[in-house]
Amino acid sequence: MDVLYFAWVRERIGHPKDKIDTQAATVRELVEELRGREERYAAAFADLEALRVAVDQELTDFDAPLASAREVAFFPPMTGG
Amino acid sequence: MDIRVQEAPFDLGAEANIFAGRQAGMGAVVTFTGIVRDLEAGLNMMEIEHYPGMTERAITEIASEAMTRWSLGDALVIHRHGRLGPDEVIMMVATAARHRVDAFEAAQYLMDYLKSRAPFWKKEITREGGQWVAARDEDEQALDRW
Repeated sequence: MDVLYFAWVRERIGHPKDKIDTQAATVRELVEELRGREERYAAAFADLEALRVAVDQELTDFDAPLASAREVAFFPPMTGG
Repeated sequence: MDIRVQEAPFDLGAEANIFAGRQAGMGAVVTFTGIVRDLEAGLNMMEIEHYPGMTERAITEIASEAMTRWSLGDALVIHRHGRLGPDEVIMMVATAARHRVDAFEAAQYLMDYLKSRAPFWKKEITREGGQWVAARDEDEQALDRW
């Protein structure tokens, strides 16, 4: 599965993308797994209120299932326009 | 419906003319333009990051919803990414309808949703360094009225 990071999440983690083999059933479980990787991941995922998530390019929430997901992206609230 | 996500600048006047010119039976065209503010703090650059693939998809969904909710003949969204200087045009939307209320409301709807549901992130770069622009509560609340 591709895990993508944008904006300050990308900066805090230090790169834009990880390829991950995971058994995580939900986004929240994936976040737990990522937090355990390294301090910079723990820092990026410290406050989930400050983050948004998309699964296969659709905005969703942290309880969303990852069953057949190919791409998960984490980013701060969007500031378009 | 015409959705473009691009790094290159575009000609606002030409785009507005082409859009208005290709409408048949539409009595109203509304356009909105977003421009990089020249901040007192000495803004040098605005860096706009986006999520290729999801960006086009999200804007298409937003515009399709606008076409369904209002009686629109057409809609245009052009949004740039990359590095932009003060006073540069970031984006534009245009809507065409038989009557102005539909065109105005749909344009506002498009802008409200593009602000907080299209995956763009702005970073202001000044002499002091870079700072990610924080999303504002008002922008999120603006969606409630729709």
